[in-house]
Amino acid sequence: MNPTNYLVLSVILFAIGASGVLIRRNALVAFMSVELMLNAANLAFVTFARMHGNLDGQIVAFFVMVVAAAEVVVGLAIIVTIFRTRRSASVDDASLLKL
Amino acid sequence: MGEAALFWIMAPIAVLGALGLVFSRKAVHGALCLAATMVSLALFYIAQEAPFLGVVQIVVYTGAIMMLFLFVIMLVGVDSSDSRVETIRGQRVAATLAILGVVLLLSAVTIRATLPEEPAGLAQASPDGNVPAIADLIFGTYFWAFEVVAALLITAAVGAMTLTHRERIFHRPTQKELSIKRFSEGPPEEAAGLPVPGVYARHNAVDTPALLPDGTPSEASINRVLVARGAARSSDEFRHHPTPADVEAAAEGETDEPAGQIGADDDARGGERA
Repeated sequence: MNPTNYLVLSVILFAIGASGVLIRRNALVAFMSVELMLNAANLAFVTFARMHGNLDGQIVAFFVMVVAAAEVVVGLAIIVTIFRTRRSASVDDASLLKL
Repeated sequence: MGEAALFWIMAPIAVLGALGLVFSRKAVHGALCLAATMVSLALFYIAQEAPFLGVVQIVVYTGAIMMLFLFVIMLVGVDSSDSRVETIRGQRVAATLAILGVVLLLSAVTIRATLPEEPAGLAQASPDGNVPAIADLIFGTYFWAFEVVAALLITAAVGAMTLTHRERIFHRPTQKELSIKRFSEGPPEEAAGLPVPGVYARHNAVDTPALLPDGTPSEASINRVLVARGAARSSDEFRHHPTPADVEAAAEGETDEPAGQIGADDDARGGERA
């Protein structure tokens, strides 16, 4: 099978994730959409690694996963803190740059 | 052949999961859709000679990250759904157009680019298998990146703890102090604690009020929040409704025996019924 199929799939997933970030107001859903975009990029990395017979792409995908894990931990902590003070998880409510 | 079948089955599932994330009203449904997408991506990794990444994807993403998301959704409230009001007018239309542009541009680039028709494969790059080859790279070429990422993870864990930590402003009362307070301030019938909710022979749940000795449901036995939400159940169906035979037997028992014996009599009849 032509590996370009995987690349096109990753483009589609990336675009859907970007649309989630742009359209949804719920901070959690927007955050999950960012995760989807990272995953789509990972799929492209793995596909290119196999296409060119070079393992570096898989290593980069691995590091993306680790950084995504760290990002999720901090991001969710921020969302929980904002929810505690504002009783809302909407991105529009946190507009004053203060708690 | 097998890979093509896997791709054409799992790719629609992945895309549907991603669409479900964007279009579901409730965050919980979105999280579950995203989990489906991530599992199908893990299968793609395994199909593309990256078994290590496939397993890490399932363990880290679907196992840890999505569960973390679900926990936070539960903290924030499962029912928290989006408002449909557009804050910036025309934002959705503009976003849709931009996304279509991104899809067209990127897929045109990937389709028209001169890429090898058949993948080179990783047999040459990883002669001893996938995991030893990745270990060679991580602990060799990318050693410093690996160390920095370890420092990043520790920083993130400390940061999350600092962000969510709350100082206790008031002194937390101990069990002893609470007990003293109950006896000195509360009504005397509550001094020994409130009645426990819903313990019946056929049912045991916190949303069903306990029955007092005279057969009336006790308001004090269930949480006030449940009552306010309208989630409390009636304990009526678990109550013993005496049949005419029971009433007769009780009447006989009352005439024959002194009042102190009624409890024992009840027990005996209960045994017969059972």
